[in-house]
Amino acid sequence: MNKKLFAMLALVIVASMVLTACGGNPSTAAPAEPPSAETSAPAPTTAPAAPAPAQVEFTAPGYGGTLATVKERGVLICGVNSQVPGFGYVDAAGAFSGFDVDYCRALAAAIFGDPDKVEFRPVTASERFTALQSGEIDILSRNTTWTLQRDTELNGNFVHTTFYDGQGMMVPKDSGITDLAGLEGGTICVQTGTTTELNLADVFASEGIAYTPAVFDNADNTFAAYAEGRCDAVTTDKSGLVARRAVLPDPENHVILDVTMSKEPLGPMVRHGDDQWFDIAQWTVFAMITGEEFGITSANIDEMMGTATNPEVRRFLGLEGDLGLKLGLENNFAYNIIKLVGNYAEVYDRNLGPNTPTYIPRGYNSLYTDGGLLYAPPFR
Amino acid sequence: MSAKNSPSSATPFWRDERVLQTFGQVVFVLLVGLFFYSIARNMVTGLARQGMALGFDFIKGMAGFDIGEMLIEYSRSSTYGRALLVGLLNTLIVSVLGIIFSTILGIILGVARLSTNYLVNKIAAFYLEVMRNLALLVFLIFWYLGVFLKLPRVKDAIVWPGNILLTNRGVGIPWGIPTETFGTYRLILLGGLVLASAVAVFLHYRGLRTGRPPLTTLWFFVTWIGAAVIGWIALPSAPLALDLPYVKGLNLAGGRILSPEFMALFSGLTLYTAAFIGEVVRAGIQSVSKGQVEASRALGLSGFQTLRLVVFPQALRVIVPPLTSQYLNLAKNSSLAVAIGYPDFFYVSSTVINQSGRAVEMISLVMLVYLSISLLTSLFMNWYNQKIRLVER
Repeated sequence: MNKKLFAMLALVIVASMVLTACGGNPSTAAPAEPPSAETSAPAPTTAPAAPAPAQVEFTAPGYGGTLATVKERGVLICGVNSQVPGFGYVDAAGAFSGFDVDYCRALAAAIFGDPDKVEFRPVTASERFTALQSGEIDILSRNTTWTLQRDTELNGNFVHTTFYDGQGMMVPKDSGITDLAGLEGGTICVQTGTTTELNLADVFASEGIAYTPAVFDNADNTFAAYAEGRCDAVTTDKSGLVARRAVLPDPENHVILDVTMSKEPLGPMVRHGDDQWFDIAQWTVFAMITGEEFGITSANIDEMMGTATNPEVRRFLGLEGDLGLKLGLENNFAYNIIKLVGNYAEVYDRNLGPNTPTYIPRGYNSLYTDGGLLYAPPFR
Repeated sequence: MSAKNSPSSATPFWRDERVLQTFGQVVFVLLVGLFFYSIARNMVTGLARQGMALGFDFIKGMAGFDIGEMLIEYSRSSTYGRALLVGLLNTLIVSVLGIIFSTILGIILGVARLSTNYLVNKIAAFYLEVMRNLALLVFLIFWYLGVFLKLPRVKDAIVWPGNILLTNRGVGIPWGIPTETFGTYRLILLGGLVLASAVAVFLHYRGLRTGRPPLTTLWFFVTWIGAAVIGWIALPSAPLALDLPYVKGLNLAGGRILSPEFMALFSGLTLYTAAFIGEVVRAGIQSVSKGQVEASRALGLSGFQTLRLVVFPQALRVIVPPLTSQYLNLAKNSSLAVAIGYPDFFYVSSTVINQSGRAVEMISLVMLVYLSISLLTSLFMNWYNQKIRLVER
């Protein structure tokens, strides 16, 4: 009897290793790819035999691996949300749409010159980091909040924030609640695996408000329970509240309280260890912001190509210099982004603009020249 | 034929069957070992490449999130370990309650299925067929979204006799709050248990001496409950004060509030597993040969006596092993709680994985815990099976 038990125990421990190893498998393949010679910039690849003392430039292991893998595969795999209208949502036709989804398309346009060479993989809040770590997705673009712990312990690097948000609280209109203190003793619906869940605990503990969390593992379940009256309030990023309110059965009966519980800078996230990939992801964001700053849109960009005289605009469009090549991309990567997907304002208006059901005023997400926080470094 | 007498000289060892068999087994074990070793190595190098190290130190880190239901003290500043403990207790409570209630319901169903009463028989048959052919996850979600969340809001709570409040925030039931005499009362209960055991032992031996079957179990409980009742009355003040649930502001307060998630999981698991247990019980009863029943009826035993003294003891031998696997299923199925947001062990661990990023460690831990729960359950059930098996002379 005892022997049998031990044997079973041993088997399970081993089995657990197998399972977990399987999760790690794809990743071992991805970064192992040697940096390909597609970078025409003088990239010192890891030529093992030749010591090559002339090129002493240091490349970290994994540098360039992601781009090589993506190019070889011919398609970018992007981890997105599928449940938040305006950011990442599967529409009635079964297609992905939204602000975060368009970022993926912009990245695909930068790499392949084709915004459709992207495979969207819906991930839940709680599985997203594992998916990124294990290499199942190349980039995570799923309204993810930039935090120190995620930057370090979760092995991620956040590129420039694409959406500045704050955590809010939505309550039914007839509840008469106007501030957080009104929720004393109440139940609050929240989604697990989010910063929201942690902020909720922080804010209510510091304000001394007693509450019971009702925690669900995806946005659909969270808001379904809220709609059924399981909770007195539901909390997530304000953008998420606006987006989800639009798909509630009775949107007009719910109000978003005028409180901001936290800072939520949302942006794409990449794995540690591949700085080239980080740069590409980062400058894709900057290209979209810069496009808006220069007034370059998908409509007028072809005209601009012929008439642009400003050296920075010409560099941006790839008419001068070799900025794209430095990133390991085509020189006209920014042209492709703007032409095929659009600049920041276009993408914003398409998904969150006044003509959409998920309208959110630009607020902080305006150019610095308009009093917002969007400020891209120069294309030089 | 001289070769047979001295195999060492005539048969070379590579043709000796015993050597070959042993050799084959050793090679197989080595291959399996190598396989697992390479997989483990693959994982470790993969993690190392991502700059991640394995380790359980994070368990002592601050959790930072709140949990809706807990049996022990817990707040956001508790450790991950404490959070996991809260989840484990939630899993255990729902499993234990589920096992108890599904066994009771299962036995009733199993007996009803064999009833000669047409209506009882058909109702049981219908229930068993429907339940056994449903997907448990679907059933759970039905109970959650379709039943417990569809109850009225707190202000229009349904009140059942006995002051049970039904709302979409949970089910409030009256509950006892320990008063200052509760400590003494616990001692009285313990004393009652000792007394009841003594009575049971006495009855057992008298039964052996006189040859009359004693109702040991019945008298055991009569003695214990008697002691409990006398103790309750004798104490200067009642050891438990009745606490009724009531509506307070946005939520229920007082009594004991069972959350919709708990109720849905508990009802779903119990009703589902009861169907399987019902089938196990029916099969067990049917395995007892008809002659046994006829013989006991011929001896003048009543229907109930036949069931209790002749059929059940024999059926139990057939029932217990498959019953064990139903219990294990119930405990493991409780991890479906994740679908309806009941903070069980698996649910809490997935939150911990997400907040700490320690997937490998946590998944190993989760598997170990479920394995331990299952092994302990089957250890107990095997012991019980050993105890009730037919002693053959």
